Amino acid sequence: MNDSIFMRLRHAFGETMVERDRDGRPRVIPDSADGVAELCALAHGNGWRVRIEGQSTWMPADAPADVALAIRGLARIVQLAPADLVATVEAGVPVAVLGHELSAAGAWLAIDPPGRPERTIGSVVATGTAGPLRHGLGPIRDHILGGTIVTGDGRVIKAGGSVVKNVAGYDLTKLQVGGFGAFGVLTQLHLRLRALPARRVTLIARGERDLLTHQARALTERGLVASSLELFSPALAAEAEWVLALELTGTEAGVEAEVTRAMEGAETVWTRLAPDAGATFWHSTARGALAAPLTFRLGVFPDGLDEMLDLLAERLDTGLVSAGPGQGLLRWSGDAPVEALRSVRHLAAEREIPLTLERGPWTVRSALGHFGAYREGVGRLVSKLRSTFDPDPTFAVALEGGADD
Amino acid sequence: MLPGTRDEVIAVVRVLHGTGTPWVARGAGTGLSGGALASDDSVLVVLTRLNRIIQLDPVRRRAVVEPGVVNARLSEAALPHGLAYAPDPSSQSACTLGGNVAENAGGPHCLKYGVTTNHVVELEVLLPDGSLVKLGSPHGDAWGPDLVGLFVGSEGMFGIALQITLRLCPLPPAIQTLLADFVTVRAASEAVGAIIAAGIVPAALEMMDQECIRAVEASIYAAGYPVDAGAVLLVELDGQPAAVTAESAQVERLLASAGARGVRSASTPLERARLWQGRKKAFGAMGRIAPDLVVQDAVVPRSALPGVLEQIGAIGRTHGLRVSNVFHAGDGNLHPNISFDHRDRELADRVHQASREIMAVCVAAGGSITGEHGVGSDKLEYMPLIFDAETLSAMCDVRRVFDPAQRANPRKVIPVHYCREWR
Repeated sequence: MNDSIFMRLRHAFGETMVERDRDGRPRVIPDSADGVAELCALAHGNGWRVRIEGQSTWMPADAPADVALAIRGLARIVQLAPADLVATVEAGVPVAVLGHELSAAGAWLAIDPPGRPERTIGSVVATGTAGPLRHGLGPIRDHILGGTIVTGDGRVIKAGGSVVKNVAGYDLTKLQVGGFGAFGVLTQLHLRLRALPARRVTLIARGERDLLTHQARALTERGLVASSLELFSPALAAEAEWVLALELTGTEAGVEAEVTRAMEGAETVWTRLAPDAGATFWHSTARGALAAPLTFRLGVFPDGLDEMLDLLAERLDTGLVSAGPGQGLLRWSGDAPVEALRSVRHLAAEREIPLTLERGPWTVRSALGHFGAYREGVGRLVSKLRSTFDPDPTFAVALEGGADD
Repeated sequence: MLPGTRDEVIAVVRVLHGTGTPWVARGAGTGLSGGALASDDSVLVVLTRLNRIIQLDPVRRRAVVEPGVVNARLSEAALPHGLAYAPDPSSQSACTLGGNVAENAGGPHCLKYGVTTNHVVELEVLLPDGSLVKLGSPHGDAWGPDLVGLFVGSEGMFGIALQITLRLCPLPPAIQTLLADFVTVRAASEAVGAIIAAGIVPAALEMMDQECIRAVEASIYAAGYPVDAGAVLLVELDGQPAAVTAESAQVERLLASAGARGVRSASTPLERARLWQGRKKAFGAMGRIAPDLVVQDAVVPRSALPGVLEQIGAIGRTHGLRVSNVFHAGDGNLHPNISFDHRDRELADRVHQASREIMAVCVAAGGSITGEHGVGSDKLEYMPLIFDAETLSAMCDVRRVFDPAQRANPRKVIPVHYCREWR
């Protein structure tokens, strides 16, 4: 089967665009949205299952499929308009490469997703994995203006636009952000940028978890304007104690005024990191999640963080934790059996807190699902939307789970 | 129909579903794109009587409201807690939050704080078949894909948001409003680019051209704008006092470098309210010019503003029309306004032709046909200018997921011949 598909794909796409993955399955690396559409149409017509891959540094490339679709061939920065603070990029552009290009033009895409800097922008958007900058600068959805989507049966859809404000038609882009590829493959994205901040300052404080969360709440109540306000477990921060980290970005005057306010009356001792040390701190905590095979996030309010952290420590382990004591959200990375994860999801749901499985081996994804169960009536909508964008379906994505453990 | 309770809305929609009757949900009807207008075969379901603020949680900074709550009323209710609801359409004293959700409404302060979609975290939705679903979550990170994001801006075609959970923002401790006047619109546009490029994100950055300034100054909403200016810019900065002071000084320098003849500064609530009055009431002031006004709504890249504004002026002159501009310059969201008298058929035809040409210019500049008012029925014919047939067809498919019978707000947003069964 693999051989015959491989030969057909080589015939259709040529030798340079088709290779075998480590298990011998064919992998196609198209260099255009039309190429992706052609592959999807072919797969749909033949009933082949397709696995979408970025750089495979975040989501394991292990979903059972007949063909792998690697988006790394879509790696062009199509348009960069610093004066308009927008950019159009292909989905396979690595986040770090994009960051360097933007920086050289005085622009900034204000995201700091967990994982390695080689992660593709498409992977970040498809998984909706926002890092600590979500505190002040918004989740991934806030940075995406539109894009090109290829459906499971090979249609090419252009959602949104490349201007910073736009309400023409339904917002199909939102379905793609954090949709895990179940509603199509993103091939191109229009991004909202910011001017590169004149100053970025990182402050960190070490100590007991309770003390740090108390301190974070006090800062929030005082209206501190921070881009990031994140609590890290000792293992993730590679420290002996919990770490509370602040990042302030903006004009020099604005940032320095906030640094002074943050340090005023603080019950904990803040350390101001040198710019390079600050960047290293954020990069290493972003990469730290990869030390464990599983990552999930909990949509929890700040006032529920302590309870959920205690619950995780009791049911799983303290793990590699990154949490937002200002705006909420908790990301846990570690290792745990499916039953324990299911139990945590259930306990979280009782508290009106959704658990989204962000990454993990296929055995866990297929058993647990990225989302698991939905609220009443929502599953029907999700299922019909999925059929709309991926009839049959072609893409190997486990949204709901339910496979045998 | 004027239901007064949640249960009455549910009962009404179930009857409409059972009888196969098309219907249009309506708030205050301030959307300006015809989205809340019903044709003869449709029933209007007016939601303004559902006007309770159900819950206001200052600790979690969330409000749960019914769809008929007037936008400004929520910020008034949040004020004692030091909070506000950020999206502030110019019609905020009349428009409803349900309508804001349907249109994904914006407003002057959306430049810094985002539009409606950035502030809605959870929705209880009555689907057109009469069933109920809850989308999103109280925190905002949803159970499942972002269906709240998909629903917001669907212009009443996916159902009715019966209960809306919104994010509230802390009030900034310091606010400074600057009014800069320029000889030309081009110079004012270039000042906008300079401020954004400096990494400053003002709370609002609004522009009015001479035609608009004169209409305001001749009205009861006169704000003291210089009537000989080619354009004025309103720049509002907010945040912590030290930062606002420093950034205001930087903005004043940038405005002067861009050619501002003068900069007025207002920091007290009374002074700021006066400067804002002219902007917020500009559409009303234009009622003095002619009995009818077309308020257009389009978006262009910021860098295209000077050229596009000149082309809009030229279109007005070609058709012998009075075109004025008052708009959200910081995000390139234009509102060219054409004053006319609809009783003059020939004049009305020229207004329609000029509107089409203005849209074409904005699209050619890489823009969009609407930034905050929606497509409704007014912009239906322009949708193929920015979306291809495959995309419009996909939008039809998505609509059918929520409303298979397509009876909620029929014949809006997507030209029907792009829906698959018509092709």
